[in-house]
Amino acid sequence: MPKMNLSHFEAAFLFSLFTSVVLGVVTKRTDRDRLHYGAYTFVCFLVALFGIGWAMYLGHG
Amino acid sequence: MANEKEEKHPMPPVGSWAPAVALGWLIPGGGHFLLKRTGRGLLLMISVTSMFLCGLMMRGAMFQPQTGDLLTTLINTGGFIGDVCSGILYLVSVWLGYNTPDMAGHVHDYGTKFLVTAGLLNILAMVDAFEIAAGRKD
Repeated sequence: MPKMNLSHFEAAFLFSLFTSVVLGVVTKRTDRDRLHYGAYTFVCFLVALFGIGWAMYLGHG
Repeated sequence: MANEKEEKHPMPPVGSWAPAVALGWLIPGGGHFLLKRTGRGLLLMISVTSMFLCGLMMRGAMFQPQTGDLLTTLINTGGFIGDVCSGILYLVSVWLGYNTPDMAGHVHDYGTKFLVTAGLLNILAMVDAFEIAAGRKD
């Protein structure tokens, strides 16, 4: 099994992508809603990722 | 109130949903394939399997059930349940001897979370398969 060495951002990006796909697929009832919800959760993950990242950076001084 | 809700959604017979849920546990997305939701099953299979494989390649640790204080029990038993819910991915990796100790470092830490989350996402897929098989969802 090859070893994978990802940065925080890459790992969190992949996590967001896979989770968003599953949440989109299982949550809504039409394909259009699934696509919208999947994209929405993915954007939310990224906003949280950048927001919390900057908050930690600024809070750290 | 509770009775009204139960009347709206009576529990379907076990035989109608158990095969889809069991197959969904064993093979991520398998329940959807059984119910002829191929596209959704494929997306679930790719997402859960990719997440689990990324966890393995990041050398994440598998949880073992432990007892002790409440937090230790909760984390380790919950993590173990999350790992086991990946079905055949977990079984094969354990069978092939995957046993990485819990190491320091953000990559290993992410790997551990990826492994557990793959199982948790598979639980969502199993619930979705149950709802489809029970006729509560298209």
